[in-house]
Amino acid sequence: MSVVALPQSTISTRRIAWHTFRAMLVRDLRVLRGQLGSLLTRSVMQPLAFTFVFTYVMPKIGMAGTPGVDGRGFATILVPGLVAITIAIQGIMAVTMPLLLEFSYNREIEDRAMAPVPIWLIGVAKITSGALQALAAGALVFPIVLLVHAEDQAPYVHVYSWPLFIAVALLSALLGSASGLLLGTVIDIKRAQQFFAVVVTPMTMLGCVYYSWSTLGPLPWLQYAVLLNPVVYMSEGLRASLTPQLAHMPAIAFMSALAGGTVIVGWAAVTRFVARVVD
Amino acid sequence: MTAAAIETHDLRKSYAYGPHTINAVNGIDLLVRPGRFFGLLGPNGAGKSTTIGMLTTRIRPTGGRAVVAGVDVQRNPVEVRRRVAVVTQRNTMDRQISVLENLEFRGRYFGLGRKESRRRALALLEEFGIADKADASLDEVSGGQARRAMICRAVMHRPEVLVLDEPSAGVDPQTRLHLWELLGRLHAEGQTVLLTTHHLEEAETLCDRIAIIDHGRVVAGGTVDEIKTASGAESVFTVVFDGEAQPAAETAGKLPDVSRAEADGRRLRVHAADAAGLVGELASIGADHGLSILDVSTLRPSLEAAFLNLTGREYRE
Repeated sequence: MSVVALPQSTISTRRIAWHTFRAMLVRDLRVLRGQLGSLLTRSVMQPLAFTFVFTYVMPKIGMAGTPGVDGRGFATILVPGLVAITIAIQGIMAVTMPLLLEFSYNREIEDRAMAPVPIWLIGVAKITSGALQALAAGALVFPIVLLVHAEDQAPYVHVYSWPLFIAVALLSALLGSASGLLLGTVIDIKRAQQFFAVVVTPMTMLGCVYYSWSTLGPLPWLQYAVLLNPVVYMSEGLRASLTPQLAHMPAIAFMSALAGGTVIVGWAAVTRFVARVVD
Repeated sequence: MTAAAIETHDLRKSYAYGPHTINAVNGIDLLVRPGRFFGLLGPNGAGKSTTIGMLTTRIRPTGGRAVVAGVDVQRNPVEVRRRVAVVTQRNTMDRQISVLENLEFRGRYFGLGRKESRRRALALLEEFGIADKADASLDEVSGGQARRAMICRAVMHRPEVLVLDEPSAGVDPQTRLHLWELLGRLHAEGQTVLLTTHHLEEAETLCDRIAIIDHGRVVAGGTVDEIKTASGAESVFTVVFDGEAQPAAETAGKLPDVSRAEADGRRLRVHAADAAGLVGELASIGADHGLSILDVSTLRPSLEAAFLNLTGREYRE
């Protein structure tokens, strides 16, 4: 055996950080490749069920979506909302679930933390890889909404502003996965299920996914309360780029909420992650 | 003289629990030279894991200083991590990927290229006798195989210091012997190893230097023999005379270093802490009683006796 005679890597420590960061992303993508089926099921189930019920079943049985909005209009409102909630939830899950396991009884994190990079960079790598998964999941929603609907009920999908669309999708994915990192470092694994019930359901139902924010006008208290929900800005941001002709929140509002939220939540998550990893 | 592989001065870690402060490590000084197989022994809660946590940058010291492979653990933890590897008690292998991929990604995290990583991973698995498990997931390997895989993974980036936290805890005797052989080979090649263990036979077999720690401090350090002597644990000398040993036993029992001397026919058994010159004295006592020595044997104290002498016998949680 000549283990000890093996050369060490000669890359400088500064360059090794980038090398390690990429290797960590590759590892996550490798894991994802092995779980494609699971990713597909996780991301597709909710939008599929919704589009099926609201844009196929309801119109078929004569109970079309929302009063005042025809089926096609409702399907069109639904698209950005479904993409947003999928990005948000998959971004959270992609980071929180593996992290809870790494922190739990196996303490796999103790080994990850031995990589030759600052600990905060490991947190950033987790956010990045979660965001990539969230974007992939969000993209899967489009074929579903375009394919699943009753006749003449196809949603109208067109990207009016690509820069805005890309910026909102990216920020939404980053905010989702940063929230995932934060949740993964604060949740006690024993209470995880309870926690998800309390977070995921209201986030979905009160995230302006199935209605636009402006239509909450008759319920001003709710219209302001839902502003605490990050999904609202994601849905409204995507709405602004996909259906600018319909009422939506001003760009300055959702862009600053998404960007500010990403910075604040990302900072809190990484700080908390470092504190959990290094005693 | 080459720089120390590990050097600590008054290393401390305390945790605050409300109004109480717990000093897990209470001023530890260690010096491990390159190429040593160094054992850190101590009862549960003595501070072993906290100490290696600080040496591997997982735990921040609250006082003192630690330098690993020439790098200060507090000033430059990233550089320390490049030079050190740790095999923890728990199986921290990545369960989402195969054994081989665990090694490959380890190499890549440490700056090796894809091909070099793979080549090295395959060679190591072969060398450690688990090449047939390369594509297995962690659920498909035994505890002993997982332990070997963890050691393979740890040496992937060729660490200057390999730290093992109770490597043979919970493995069967066959696996333990196999691990000892592997670790012995690594050491023979010049690998510096720091090992914590409760298993005193393990320390005695593998380590060329030992520090016994208790209550967060080093209570004894040195070679195994030095520790046995320093602990005051007794050796047993058996002298076989050519006649009745009883009269010699009575005289030998009065020697200052001897705690007990007993005769059993022509055998004289003497319990004493310090062996220096004792056999000579026993020979002259025999001669005074007209006895000649036919045979002498010495039973050195076990490391276990030394350990218990140094750390006490009370049960620890």
